[in-house]
Amino acid sequence: MSDPGASGAGLEKAAASAVGDLSHVDDSSQKQGKPRSLWSDAWGELRRKPTFIISLVIIFIVVVMAVFPSLFTSVDPRAANLDNYLKKPSADAWFGYDVQGYDVYARAIYGARASLLVGLFSTLLTVLIGSVVGIVAGYAKSWIDSLLSRFGDIFAGVPFVLGAIVILTTFNSPTENPSATRIITQVVLSIAALSWPVSMRIMRSATLVAKQQDYVKAARGLGASPLRIVFRHLLPNTVAPVLVYATIALGAFIGAEATLAFLGIGLRPPVVSWGVMISESRDYFQAAPHMLLFPAAFVTITVLAFVILGDAVRDALDPKSR
Amino acid sequence: MTAPLLEVEDLHVEFRTRDGVAKVLNGVGYQVNAGETLAVLGESGSGKSVTAQTIMGILDTPPAFVTKGAIRFHGEDLLSASDDRRREVRGDGIAMIFQDALSALNPVFTVGFQIEEQLTVRRGMTRKEARARAVELLDLVKIPNARNRVGEYPHQFSGGMRQRAMIAMSLALDPEMLIADEPTTALDVTVQAQIMDLLRDIQKERDMGLILITHDLGVVADVADRIAVMYAGRIVEHADVYQLFRAPGHPYTESLLESLPRLDLKGQELKTIKGLPPSLTNIPSGCPFHPRCPRAVDVCRTEVPANHRLGLDRTSACHFAEEVVSRG
Repeated sequence: MSDPGASGAGLEKAAASAVGDLSHVDDSSQKQGKPRSLWSDAWGELRRKPTFIISLVIIFIVVVMAVFPSLFTSVDPRAANLDNYLKKPSADAWFGYDVQGYDVYARAIYGARASLLVGLFSTLLTVLIGSVVGIVAGYAKSWIDSLLSRFGDIFAGVPFVLGAIVILTTFNSPTENPSATRIITQVVLSIAALSWPVSMRIMRSATLVAKQQDYVKAARGLGASPLRIVFRHLLPNTVAPVLVYATIALGAFIGAEATLAFLGIGLRPPVVSWGVMISESRDYFQAAPHMLLFPAAFVTITVLAFVILGDAVRDALDPKSR
Repeated sequence: MTAPLLEVEDLHVEFRTRDGVAKVLNGVGYQVNAGETLAVLGESGSGKSVTAQTIMGILDTPPAFVTKGAIRFHGEDLLSASDDRRREVRGDGIAMIFQDALSALNPVFTVGFQIEEQLTVRRGMTRKEARARAVELLDLVKIPNARNRVGEYPHQFSGGMRQRAMIAMSLALDPEMLIADEPTTALDVTVQAQIMDLLRDIQKERDMGLILITHDLGVVADVADRIAVMYAGRIVEHADVYQLFRAPGHPYTESLLESLPRLDLKGQELKTIKGLPPSLTNIPSGCPFHPRCPRAVDVCRTEVPANHRLGLDRTSACHFAEEVVSRG
């Protein structure tokens, strides 16, 4: 992991070319009959990809885990029994017990919810802020564009971990004990605040390409209002690259949650999340590696699934690759 | 006499770029009446499309600035009108067809939607009414099986059909004035003829004003009533189509006509106009055509020629206009 900015930089270039291509969808691929849009073409392509199916299955399992954890385990993740202090994995407790005597398996299952929530809301917020600012910057006059772009650069210039440490320790010192909702909100907000410039840049460059197209001129020429042009005509043509980024970012943000928790500034007990579990294992890693390895594996596999999904979606949305 | 449908008067437009100011239009003026076709002819970069886009008000500012002139639609100056008013005129009053129909149609929407959108938004039609009207319009532009094709995407249409769809789109709001910016340039010859016929029929039927921007002399001879020849951002000759072909009144028009391939001169070398159109950041002094003009003399290098009247509704911006005409 972990700087979500890293994965965004390459995408930005891909975004520009992908948008340009949308208008040159290969004619030869058309068949008579049902009209096929970019999206239905992409779906047809994705359906046949094993990596897409596998990553989707993994994500589906993780989501079910987050929504109905009791389907996977009947053990209470908050039932501490110090008799079980650091017990190794066994038939009884597949992943063993941790330092408080918690069942690691149960906690890994219940931890999915907080981790996924952080990932999901950070992504939503990042994409929402970034897209709106990006499309406005891309479509607006040059000085508004410069203003918004430089404003984004300020946030993009702050190293992710450093920025998060500053934000989170300012708003809530390690000695405090904030409620679960509050700390989740704070983590989500700080991830979004530091990551939105990436999706803004993707959206902006996609908009710059799309607004040069004649269909935007044609829409203006037929008297469409600026708002209608931006949201009706530009947005559907620029959303694909941002969507790809969002998929990959979701994985990256789950990783970011773990990083922040590990540093002791993100989620913290009593919230159960994978990051919190990894953080708790910090001092016992050599004596009880299972405390670290199992939650870390959950994070890795989930992040990997989202990244692979994002890759598959990008390939499918890029008509050039067909 | 009532005011012409559209009147462009002494239009000056410049593009302020990092490399300096390009004077793209230097005093363009023409008129179009209802039911009339004006062909605007000229090489690439002569300002034909910029004039059209200025009329539509779809040039980006910056870099483009209108520095002088007026555009009157039904006598109302559009350049001084509010943005909202201009938006009302677009589509309803004046509509435009673009050269490359594929890029002028939004790839993510069906052809039908792009026609219907205007009708639901501007005319307050229900989606069902708009769909019915879209099918009618596609029928009108002779798209076969319009009822089924209305739900298809632009990439499923052939080049000629896209241009037809584009025409249908621009006709949706029944404009009084249509600007066609090289509507047939991207198409092959047989399709070109079909599209031109279609445009002519629709124009006659609706008594629309039509500005046809082209560099194809053949197309012009066929459909235009009058011709405005543009060079380096100004109109060098303005004439009735028969007069212009019979006796061009400007050396540039003359050279253009001479550089047409002709069957009776088969085997001989094709005449061309030597040199390139001038750079618009650095327009030659005097008559902008003088470096390429076969009859250039000293006065051409120093003095900008005025528009010489060569009869009713006919002008030529050449110092020796009368001479050129009489020789032709």
